[in-house]
Amino acid sequence: MSARDDILGGIRRSLKRGALGGERAAQLEGRLANHPSGIIPRRSQGLDRKGQTALFEEQAVEIATTIERVASLRDVPKAVADYLQRFNLPAEFAATPDPLLDKVPWNERPLLKLKRGKPSPTDAVGLSVGFCGIAETGTLMMLSGPDNPSTMNFLPDDHIVVLPASRIVGPMEEAWQKLRQAKGGTAVAATMPRTVNFITGPSRTGDIEQKLEMGAHGPRRQHILIVEDDSIA
Amino acid sequence: MESTSHTFKDNAHDALGNAHLQSALDKMRAGFPQRRLDAIGKLPEFEDLREQGREIKNHVLENLDWYLERYERNVIAAGGHVHWARTPEEARQIILDLCRKLGAKTVTKGKTMIAEEIALNDFLEENGVIPIETDLGEYIIQLRHEPPSHIIAPAIHLTKGQVEETFREVHTNLPADRNLEEPRSLVAEARTMLREKFLKADVGVTGANFLIAETGSSVIVTNEGNGDLTQLLPRAHIVLASLEKIVPTLEDASALLRLLARSATGQDMSVYTTFSTGPRRAEDPDGPGEYHVVLLDNGRTGMLGSEFQEMLRCIRCGACMNHCPVYGAVGGHAYGWVYPGPMGAVLTPSLIGIENAKHLPNASTFCGKCESVCPMKIPLPKMMRHYREREWQKKLSPATQRFGLKLWAFLALRPPLYHFFYAIAAQVLGLLGRRTGGSFYNLPLAGAWTATRDLPAPQGRSFQEQWHQRQKQKKAA
Ligand code: SF4
Repeated sequence: MSARDDILGGIRRSLKRGALGGERAAQLEGRLANHPSGIIPRRSQGLDRKGQTALFEEQAVEIATTIERVASLRDVPKAVADYLQRFNLPAEFAATPDPLLDKVPWNERPLLKLKRGKPSPTDAVGLSVGFCGIAETGTLMMLSGPDNPSTMNFLPDDHIVVLPASRIVGPMEEAWQKLRQAKGGTAVAATMPRTVNFITGPSRTGDIEQKLEMGAHGPRRQHILIVEDDSIA
Repeated sequence: MESTSHTFKDNAHDALGNAHLQSALDKMRAGFPQRRLDAIGKLPEFEDLREQGREIKNHVLENLDWYLERYERNVIAAGGHVHWARTPEEARQIILDLCRKLGAKTVTKGKTMIAEEIALNDFLEENGVIPIETDLGEYIIQLRHEPPSHIIAPAIHLTKGQVEETFREVHTNLPADRNLEEPRSLVAEARTMLREKFLKADVGVTGANFLIAETGSSVIVTNEGNGDLTQLLPRAHIVLASLEKIVPTLEDASALLRLLARSATGQDMSVYTTFSTGPRRAEDPDGPGEYHVVLLDNGRTGMLGSEFQEMLRCIRCGACMNHCPVYGAVGGHAYGWVYPGPMGAVLTPSLIGIENAKHLPNASTFCGKCESVCPMKIPLPKMMRHYREREWQKKLSPATQRFGLKLWAFLALRPPLYHFFYAIAAQVLGLLGRRTGGSFYNLPLAGAWTATRDLPAPQGRSFQEQWHQRQKQKKAA
């Protein structure tokens, strides 16, 4: 007997029943199709845009992410240039191919040099666009794909993320809802991206005497630019 | 990993005398419990979430075969492969075969307890494939050739001085006079050393905190980001997970994530929670070209339907050990196998047999703290008691203890005889006690007990005698 049959058979023997079918299987099928949400923390519910953005910022700051709010995409080049200068970082940096970054007037800061594509191991700074922000815990949700290589989230020492305020949701469940809709309905199985990253602050470790140190393997610093312009989806 | 669980008593004795270990454990006892309390204090729904988490996992376990098949179907639909392994031997062989097929020389590894369970590192090394641990704690103990002592903080038994010593010994290409006094410089050095390894590795092996039936995804949770570099950079990503890691949907995974980090480290969320589904897509600029999942049973199907089924709800948060007075006194190595603390005291005999785990179910004061902090409400003390019963039935407990308990049971079933002997014993002990000032500092057959405390001597008459006398007096009055 194959290991697979043996294991499945063993489970059925232990549970003293055969393979599930009929009504019971239909119930399980229904549970997957409806993917019900359970208890959702009140702190992330019923907030308007302003409240959600405020909660996102409050939670993110608590986990050592830094946040800057800018009015529109036009303000992004200055914000990025200021950040690079503050930490004495190179003006040449990696940036994902995300089309939203095409709408940023980079030429207003001619010294900035964007290398679009996936990062190389020597890039000190990376710039990405967030798929959404989860206010509940100040978490960024990033999707892999041609527009946003996942390595950008991990290789550079400094990770800067552009996040339109319109993409901030309350609890985790709303983030999944957003993904399900973006991919056209509830059959998420066929369209799940290879990698979904929930990122909650910069990399850290407490493995040496439980003393918290930043930048274990991923970015030492994470900086989010929240773009408040409501016209960006 | 070779088990030394059967020598728990000796291991514990050594641990209590180890000054480095005791200093490290002091820090742990002060850290984890307070951080957990702070985190759940900010989430009023925490108790309800525990109840919900328990229900989700119970539902999965009752329907495990159905969910596993659905999970498998969705992994395949996403372009991945599922390999089923009954035993550690089968799992190891599957991974080695995959490495050989890929021509892999080095394998980076994210932290996985299942790899410890199947002793993967030794096996790969014996067969010419070099495994490299990338979680900082795991990296340190791999360099020291030690097993992990905690399921989420594998090097918690070490002081920074010991880590410095190890790094100086192993990283010989770095200047000998470099300053490694602060944890910060140790972390930076490990980061540099491991970055090279990440970039060169052929295969990445990770565990999984959850497997999602709805999407065929595996989920890993880390703070360092090592698991992500492990699975993103090499040509193939192999996930090694045990059967019970299944949850139905993304929403169910989220419900359990709200419990995991808070119970483990006192964070609301760990830094990186990553959902991986299949290999990289044709248009993706990065990610692994192959995606394999090895599903390990190793005794778990046998736990289903037994009094130990509830143990399969465990999400490996470590809260039970962080709060356990026994773990806090002796650390994880004394438990002698992969899983320490209260969860280990139940899981170890379930997976390697009570004969090999021997005294582990006794490594408990039955204070109940573990169950009260377990996010999945697993009745750990109750299950340890089940094992004590089995241990008794299998005649694995010490002979004097068995004789004493049998004698007591014989008398307790015969009340007149019991009263007779008890009255005599009380009188004799009472007489002796008057000679020694009312308490005993040494008693035959109870040397271990009286070594650390005195037993107050009985007053000379048993409770039952006194009770009867009082009842008589009452009636007379
Ligand atoms: S038994 Fe409970 S507390 Fe212990 S590791 Fe498992 S889930 Fe956490």
